[in-house]
Amino acid sequence: MHREDFPILKNDLIYFDNGATTLKPKCVIEAMNDYYYNYGANIHRGDYKISHKASEEYELVRDKVKEFINARNAKEIVFTSGATDALNKIVFGFMKDYLHESDEVLITKSEHASNVLPWFELKKLNNIKINYIPLNENHELTLENLEKSITKNTKVISIASVTNVVGDVRDIASISKIAHQHNIILVVDGSQSVPHMKTDVIKDDIDFLIFAGHKMLGPTGVGVLYAKEEYLEKTYPIEFGGGMNQYFEETGEVEYKSIPTRFEAGTPPIAEVIGLGAAIDYLQSIGMDNINKYEQELKKYLVSKLEKNKKVILYNKSSESGILAFNLEGIFSQDTAIYLDHYNICVRAGNHCAKILKNEINIKNTCRISLYFYNTKEEIDKLVEVLENSDDLFKVIL
Amino acid sequence: MDSELKREVILDNYNNPYHKGLKNEKDYKKANTNNESCIDDIDIELKIENGIIKDANFDGEACAISTSATSIFLRKIIGKSVNEVKKLIENYENLINEKEYDEELLGELMAYDTIYMQPNRKHCALLPVDTIKKILKEE
Ligand SMILES: Cc1ncc(COP(=O)(O)O)c(C=O)c1O
Repeated sequence: MHREDFPILKNDLIYFDNGATTLKPKCVIEAMNDYYYNYGANIHRGDYKISHKASEEYELVRDKVKEFINARNAKEIVFTSGATDALNKIVFGFMKDYLHESDEVLITKSEHASNVLPWFELKKLNNIKINYIPLNENHELTLENLEKSITKNTKVISIASVTNVVGDVRDIASISKIAHQHNIILVVDGSQSVPHMKTDVIKDDIDFLIFAGHKMLGPTGVGVLYAKEEYLEKTYPIEFGGGMNQYFEETGEVEYKSIPTRFEAGTPPIAEVIGLGAAIDYLQSIGMDNINKYEQELKKYLVSKLEKNKKVILYNKSSESGILAFNLEGIFSQDTAIYLDHYNICVRAGNHCAKILKNEINIKNTCRISLYFYNTKEEIDKLVEVLENSDDLFKVIL
Repeated sequence: MDSELKREVILDNYNNPYHKGLKNEKDYKKANTNNESCIDDIDIELKIENGIIKDANFDGEACAISTSATSIFLRKIIGKSVNEVKKLIENYENLINEKEYDEELLGELMAYDTIYMQPNRKHCALLPVDTIKKILKEE
């Protein structure tokens, strides 16, 4: 769908690495160019027209994000430099004060490094406990296992709504119900779900949600931290400087601005935020439900085709997202990716920043296909054909 | 070497690598690739006595280029002095980076003489020497 909107697709490219980052439509690039060409001033600081315009456009995107994820108030939306930055802000701005010795945080072994390492660091600081909710035989999270993992010390559950290698779509509404029954705070890493399906933080009753702009057609360098107002009010900034303070005195007396500005120290990624706004408009115009439906259809098609190839090992064919991890029998994943690159097919090889998943699926490295709505069945046919003919793989890559 | 022969050398060493399997004995010095830019994961161990490489082994999971280059390299350095190995490394690095090298010295390693045409694979070819250098630094 909508391939004509993506200039890069004119280059005979089959792009299957959308879990890493997505391609950019013309409207996003143009919105950023428009800022740089026509009103490239700093925000909140000038009493002149183009600075005013920049500030307005920047704040307008906050409203767009609020609508997009159905938050109650634009105050609950903080712009960050990415998903990683947003998770660090939650862990070190809020959890550091909230969690104490022997409090437990539940995560899973399929989380991205950015939802693991900040917790490891907090463990060093506060002596908290990190426990892994066991995954089922398909490496997916079940509500039953979640409930079994909760103890009287569990204070936080921090999980991806869709994981980036297994691609399982987690039932966030039910998970938040369980969490809240036990007075547990739910942190949701929406990096792989927000770009692909409707997000509703009220319906799903999410306490903290984070996601990255560049995985949803937006530019790199911008992400979003959403938190319920009551939690954001209790979050302390972890970066200090201009833009976020009310006043300060030489004595060291200082007062910070209210939420969300308090968390946006320094000059923010203005062009990037504006680009993200254009991406949201564009996604809304297609419709998140249409995107999701189309991707599910593509995924089913992909699995049904690859299943016929005996050399292909599939690791997560049952998961409902557009993510598929595979290997060619006896071939190191990187060699497969290099082979596909010879046909201009982009897939990612490796551990995909989910380094503890290897203990779960007993394989360290995989190739990952991650789809988006501009992918087509024809592209999948080409991939299937190239993998079919892979007996000559080393002739091609060596 | 023609491209058919090069491929053969690489694939032989990939499919049936020499010196695969670590001994992990106490007179061996070990280093891991921990390569920043790729996913190859190789351990190399050397046994060095009086400035001579007495034994060399490796283990791990890596792509065809890294694995084969490691196999060829280890086979080549056993019995050589640390200084000879350093000279070999220098020549090999020059080969990969399109500088002057001694073809005779490199022998089978000439199989990698066109790697420079695939810049994203250079680090694969350099993996064994980067790791060996870590061990030799202390010599
Ligand atoms: C599930 C998940 N969480 C977090 C991230 C981190 O995103 P970023 O690198 O944009 O901070 C990623 C990106 O790969 C991801 O897939």
